[in-house]
Amino acid sequence: MQRMIAATLREVSFYGAVAFFVVLTAFPFYWMVITSFKSNSDLYNVTNIPFWFNEAPTLEHFRYLFEQTLFVRWLLNSLIIGTCVVAITLLAALPAGYSLARLTGRGGEALGIGIFLTYLVPPTLLFLPLSRIVANLGLQNSMWSLVLVYPTFTIPFCTWLLMGFFKAMPVEIEEAAIVDGCSRFGAFIKMVIPLSLPAILTAVIFTFTLTLQEFVYALTFISSTAQKPITLGVATDLIRGDIFFWGEIMAGALIASIPVAIAYNSFLDRFIEGITGGAVK
Amino acid sequence: MVDLVEPIAAKQAPRYRFLLDRREVLGAIFVTPAILYVLLLVGVPFLLAVYYSVSAYTIYDPSWRFVGLANFRQIVQNPVFLETLGNTFLFTFASQLLGLILGKFGALLLLRPFPGRKLVRALIILPWAVPIALASVAWEWMFDSLYSVINWTLIALGVIDRAQAPNWLGNPHLAMLCVIVVNAWRFFPFAIVIFLAGITAVPQDIIDAATVDGAGFWRRNYQIILPMILPIVAIGLIFGVVFTFTDLSVVYLLTNGGPVGATSVLAFEGFQVGIVSGDVSHGAAISLFMLPVLFLVVIGMLRFIRRREI
Repeated sequence: MQRMIAATLREVSFYGAVAFFVVLTAFPFYWMVITSFKSNSDLYNVTNIPFWFNEAPTLEHFRYLFEQTLFVRWLLNSLIIGTCVVAITLLAALPAGYSLARLTGRGGEALGIGIFLTYLVPPTLLFLPLSRIVANLGLQNSMWSLVLVYPTFTIPFCTWLLMGFFKAMPVEIEEAAIVDGCSRFGAFIKMVIPLSLPAILTAVIFTFTLTLQEFVYALTFISSTAQKPITLGVATDLIRGDIFFWGEIMAGALIASIPVAIAYNSFLDRFIEGITGGAVK
Repeated sequence: MVDLVEPIAAKQAPRYRFLLDRREVLGAIFVTPAILYVLLLVGVPFLLAVYYSVSAYTIYDPSWRFVGLANFRQIVQNPVFLETLGNTFLFTFASQLLGLILGKFGALLLLRPFPGRKLVRALIILPWAVPIALASVAWEWMFDSLYSVINWTLIALGVIDRAQAPNWLGNPHLAMLCVIVVNAWRFFPFAIVIFLAGITAVPQDIIDAATVDGAGFWRRNYQIILPMILPIVAIGLIFGVVFTFTDLSVVYLLTNGGPVGATSVLAFEGFQVGIVSGDVSHGAAISLFMLPVLFLVVIGMLRFIRRREI
C-alpha cells in the first residue's frame, strides 16, 4: 500500500513537472493566439478573466492586419529574401562542403573549422561597417541589402552542416561513378547531389528559418515600412505613436511563427547533429 | 534535377574536363565562392570595424582621421559604460545559468518515455524555434504595465493587490530580471535538446555496468553521464554565450535599454551610439569590447572540436 502511494506520488510529481515545462514554454504562444482572436473591448478590460474569451472571438485583428497594414507585403518580402538567400547559400555551401569533406584533405579540416567559426562572429560587431558597405552599394533601406548580408551566416552554417553529411556518405559511390568514366565534377553533379537531397533539404529549411529569425541586420539597414521583412515589420511597425495594437501585433506574430515552429520541429535532430558536428560520436 | 543539370556537364570542353578531374583544382574551385563571400562580407567589415574604433568617423563627418585609442579612453571613463559592461555580464551569466538548470531538468523529464512525449517535446522547442523578436513582443504584452496577465494572475490569487502591482519593465531591477528570464526562456529548450542528444549517445551498457556496481541515480548522473556529455554541452553553452552576450533584440524590444540604462548591454549601446546617434567610431569601439569574450569562446570551441577528433 505504502509503495503504491509512493509510486502514485512519483507519477504525480513527474507529470506536474512536465506540465510546468509545457506551460512555461507554450504560454506566451497561447497568449498570442488568444489575444489575436479577442475583441478589443474584451482585451482591454481588467475585470475580465484574461485566459479565455469573455466575448465572442473575432477576426477583426486579422482583417485589419491584411487590409490596413503592409503585412502581406512583409510576408512577400520575407519570402523573396528567404528564397534568394537559399539560392546563394546553396550555390556556395554545397560545393564548399563537398570540397572540405572530400577534396582538400587535412588542410580542409582546418579551413572548415575556420569557416564555421565565422558563424560565431556576431551581427552586432559587423553592423556598423556593413551598413556603410550597403550604403556604398546603393542598397540602403532596401530588402536586397539583407539578401546580400544574410549569406554571411547561412553559408558558414550550411557549409558545416553539409560537410558533416558528405563525410558520412560512402566514398565508394563516387569512386564507382569515376571508374565508370564520369569526371569528378560529373560524379558530384550526377551522383552526390541527388543522393544528398535530404541534407540539402535540411540546409534549405534552416537557411530559410535563419533569415526569418534574423532581426539585428534588418533593424539596422531598413527603415521604410514597405521594405521590411515580416519579423521586423510585426515587431516595430504596428505601433502608432505610443499605442500598441496588441491584437494586430499578436496576430502577425502568430502567422509568422507557425511555419518556423513546424520547420524546426520536423528537422530538429538534423540541426543538432549539424551544430554539434558529431561531437557525441 | 538530374536531367536539368546533365546537359551542362556534358558540354564540358575536354581541357576543362581534365582540369576539373584534378582533385586539388576542383577542391580549390569548389571552396572559393564560400571563402570569398565570407572574406568580403565578414573579414573586410571586421577590419573596417577595428579601424572605425580608432578613427574619428561619424556619419556627419565621414573622415578617416586616426585618433589612436582616444575613443576607448573616453568610453572607459564614462560611468554609464561601466554599468553597461556589468549589465552585459550579468545578463549573459544569469540567463545561461538559469537556462542550463532548466535545460538539465527538462532533459531528465523528456528522457523517460510517456504518452504524448512527442507533443510535449514539440511544445517545449517553441521558444527557441520561433523568431525571438516575435516572442519578445509577446512577452512585452505579458509584462504590460496595465494589462499584464502575470499581474492579473497574482492579483486573482491574492498575492498582491492592484494598487501595488509591479510595473515589470518600468522598474530597473525588475526590468533586468525580465530580460534575463526571457533570454533564459529562449535558450533552455536548446539546452534541453543538447542534453538529450548527449545523454542518448551514452552507451546503455556503461550505465548498466555502473548500476550493477551500485551507482545510484545521482552518482550515475553526475559521475558517469555528465563527464561523458561534457563536450557536447560545452559546445551548446558556447553557442548560448555567444548569442546572448552579443544579442540586442530582447533588450531592444522589451525595455529599449531602460529604464535609464538599467538594462543596456554592449550590443544595444553599440547600436544606440553607432547607428541611432551616428557616432560610428564610438559605436564600433563599444562593440569591440565584445571581442575578448568572443576570443576566449573561440579558443574553447577549438579545444572541444580538437578533443572530438582524437
